Amino acid sequence: MQKAMIERAKQLLADGTVKRVIGWKRGEFAYDITPAVFETADELDRDFVFDDFTAANVSKYLVKESRKEGKVLAFLKPCDTYSLNQLTKEHRVDRDNIYVIGVPGGPKLDIEKIKAKGITGITNVRNENYTIKVETIYGTEELPFYEAIMDKCASCKSKKHVTYDELMGEEGDVLDSNRFDMVEKLENMTSQERYDFWRSELSKCIRCNACRNVCPACTCENCVFDNPKSGIDNKAPADSFEENMFHIIRAFHVAGRCTDCGECSRVCPQHIPLHLLNRKFIKDINSLYGEYQAGADTTSKAPLNEYTTDDCEASIVHERGVE
Amino acid sequence: MQRIGVFVCHCGTNIAATVDVKAVAEALGHEPGVVISQDYQYMCSESGQNLVKNAIKEHKLTGIVICSCSPRMHENTFRKAAAAAGLNPYLVEIANIREQCSWIHKDIATATEKAVILGRAAVAKVHLNAPLTAGESPVVKRALVIGGGIAGIQTALDIAEAGFDVDIVEKKPTIGGKMAQIDKTFPTLDCAACILTPKMVEASQNEHITIHSFSEVTEVKGFVGNFTVKIKKKARFVDETKCTGCGLCTEKCPMKKVPNEFNMGLDNRSAVYIPFAQAVPKVATIDPNYCMMLKSGKCGVCSKVCSVGAIDYKQQDRFIEQQYGAIVVATGFDPIKLDQYDEFAYNQCPDVVTSLELERLMNAAGPNGGTLLRPSDKSHPHTIVFVQCVGSRCDDSKGKPYCSKICCMYTAKHAMLIREKYPDTEVYVFYIDVRTPGKNFDEFYRRAVEQYNVHYIKGMVGKVTPKSDGKIDVQASDLLANEQLHINADMVVLAAAIEPDKTARPLATMLTTQMDTNDFFTEAHPKLRPVESATAGIFLSGACQGPKDIPETVAQASAAAAKAIGLLCKNSITCNPCVAHSDELMCNGCSSCEKVCPYGAITYIDKEFRMPDRTTKVRRVASVNPAVCQGCGACTVACPSGAMDLNGFSNRQIMAEVDAICK
Repeated sequence: MQKAMIERAKQLLADGTVKRVIGWKRGEFAYDITPAVFETADELDRDFVFDDFTAANVSKYLVKESRKEGKVLAFLKPCDTYSLNQLTKEHRVDRDNIYVIGVPGGPKLDIEKIKAKGITGITNVRNENYTIKVETIYGTEELPFYEAIMDKCASCKSKKHVTYDELMGEEGDVLDSNRFDMVEKLENMTSQERYDFWRSELSKCIRCNACRNVCPACTCENCVFDNPKSGIDNKAPADSFEENMFHIIRAFHVAGRCTDCGECSRVCPQHIPLHLLNRKFIKDINSLYGEYQAGADTTSKAPLNEYTTDDCEASIVHERGVE
Repeated sequence: MQRIGVFVCHCGTNIAATVDVKAVAEALGHEPGVVISQDYQYMCSESGQNLVKNAIKEHKLTGIVICSCSPRMHENTFRKAAAAAGLNPYLVEIANIREQCSWIHKDIATATEKAVILGRAAVAKVHLNAPLTAGESPVVKRALVIGGGIAGIQTALDIAEAGFDVDIVEKKPTIGGKMAQIDKTFPTLDCAACILTPKMVEASQNEHITIHSFSEVTEVKGFVGNFTVKIKKKARFVDETKCTGCGLCTEKCPMKKVPNEFNMGLDNRSAVYIPFAQAVPKVATIDPNYCMMLKSGKCGVCSKVCSVGAIDYKQQDRFIEQQYGAIVVATGFDPIKLDQYDEFAYNQCPDVVTSLELERLMNAAGPNGGTLLRPSDKSHPHTIVFVQCVGSRCDDSKGKPYCSKICCMYTAKHAMLIREKYPDTEVYVFYIDVRTPGKNFDEFYRRAVEQYNVHYIKGMVGKVTPKSDGKIDVQASDLLANEQLHINADMVVLAAAIEPDKTARPLATMLTTQMDTNDFFTEAHPKLRPVESATAGIFLSGACQGPKDIPETVAQASAAAAKAIGLLCKNSITCNPCVAHSDELMCNGCSSCEKVCPYGAITYIDKEFRMPDRTTKVRRVASVNPAVCQGCGACTVACPSGAMDLNGFSNRQIMAEVDAICK
């Protein structure tokens, strides 16, 4: 697949359809993949990667890239296409200036899960018929593929590309995922248990802002957390819980716009399950206002941005938590 | 540095009885920026206002806080006072320590503490107030009246009389409403049609009045002085401009088995019909549920007999859009459905009728040509029982909690008319109370009892049972004699409660007006603003606001017209300067605000921005039209980036208030 993608990208660059390509390139280590922009065939040949570690969602980079002169080619996995649609709906990208090639989605591998098996000194990771061969400086180790996949891939919501100009590989379907299982578990806790759960998770936060910076819904020109006029920027917290409010504010901020791409939890260096906050909102919106998937299209009105006369009064009809 | 004045009102004992006003003034005097803090007996009085004005001048105040009643009461008073003393009126903040504090608390200590907190929040807010200047917006000199009953007709006539154009939108094929169905009117017993039809004709002939019959309001946009309303003209399959109302089609129509709603289903009409002889407009309407041509394509008789070619089977619903300065709601009432009242056998026995059905049975244009006959066998009834309060003054879920107000009087009227015309008929009226306040009303009721010997019995009917011989057994209790009664009746008449028309609820949503729990429109003030809704430019006429008889309805209809005329007379109205604006540097151009704006005040523009590196960048940003914005604040909540803000209620001001309360 990687080879075919490079070939197609080179063609589109050569015939002038696009001026740039957005994809992934290798970092320090084989599993250390980052999004990258390529402008020449040479760069593509040298650096372009598409493998079991290319989990990063590149849609957010299109906010900037699509406003530059000339078209940009974007290779998007199914979950990335939802983000792009949402950005198109919010006029954050210039969709006409993007050439989207849909490429197959995961499951992608999570290096942390491999390392958690006690494997160190990793030099390369190969997937042979869903057995992972981990080459290390001490020799080669093996483990089953599905034991090391990303959490976000384990509860994948869709293998369908909701927007593309061209498709490589086969098209999939929207899946009946188990993504709300953990949310339900949290809902069934007592409020004290739930509070303790979130305190123990959120107190790990080091405010590196990685979740915000990677989030495709967080594209404000001037983030409230960076704006001295907003009143919540650089305010010395009275206690550590106030700092945790950052995540709750952010979850409210992306409510109804989050496509559940899972990038926030993927990039969190402290492994906080941030996606659960967003999923709770998605689940509530689904149950209160009918099924809604942000990014599934570019025209529908988001339930939180629309008023209909039969809208429920959430506080009245919705039983919050179970005590 | 801000120089803020705080003025604490006693409101007689309204506030001072539960709030230690001196302590409040003292406490607020220590707030940052406060240079003077005073209390006074009645701050809204002339001398109270002078106190404020003098303090503004003497202490060179930059903002004032009035701790008093709700801003709905006196905000305007103090804004004007401030303006008179040279302070921008929008530098005035009201802390509501009456409705939200003294009236709802009993304990002086807690009420005083809360009053201080409310005052402190207002001081925190006024620190961030900016002077604002109100603009003006033009008034469209045309009114819309929704509903063409006696209320709507009277309102329209009065507005037209003042020289303004009025449109009446009526959902039925003719105007006239419930009054057209009534036989005689109390307390004078004159014929309803005789006094109503001249008004209907007057409305149709008035050059300022346009009647949209068989039409509905489907969409309302805009605001006071400038509403845009979409009206659906339902297809009547007859060209209104050609039809002469000759009635030949209704005679020749072969489909004659359609229940006649004008006669409450007591007789039949044809599929193409004119509701009644004096209908306005006198135009035929084809009922698509029964017309054989429309249902199966086989017939076409009406089109053949129509000499002017008015029949149009292909007619579609049409939509028209019109601008209005004022809207008057006159949607009226309906009797409740009696399906749930099995004890009165309404669904089992045709001789158990509602009062409105009795009106038709007694009317000359009714099913029996004015002779009162039993619907079942067309015989003369000799014993008639009236049951009052069927569904009125109920505490169960079947009925209504309120008094329907008109039933006592119309029942006295019915009883009297029957005794007058058929002296051999015995009439019984079962009542809880007889309520007859009103000019000449009690005299009227006493005439029924004393002169016409109607049997008024205090007590409720327990059960009505149709018997095999055609008679009806009425089982009731006489509370004064303390005995059970069985009356062998020929007819039973139920005074069904009245409720607001079912179309009122969706209309209230369109108009953003409030309703009470019974779906009656809520007036802006129950005593002092009875014909205005709380939404500017929307007025209330007739029974849509509460149960009313005809004299009251007409009085209120004229009052609503006077209010509408008062608005239409103005060339422009002062706008609210508390409108939204967007910080273009923060705006993402995401369109969230545009989607939630109920007034269509937000558009998007592509604007060029200078970047720090001397380049320029074109960005899509929101732009608010201040003349259209009504300051509801929906956009400020929807805006994900915090770019939208509301003048006078900025995010910073609200956060400052919250901080002050939580301090």
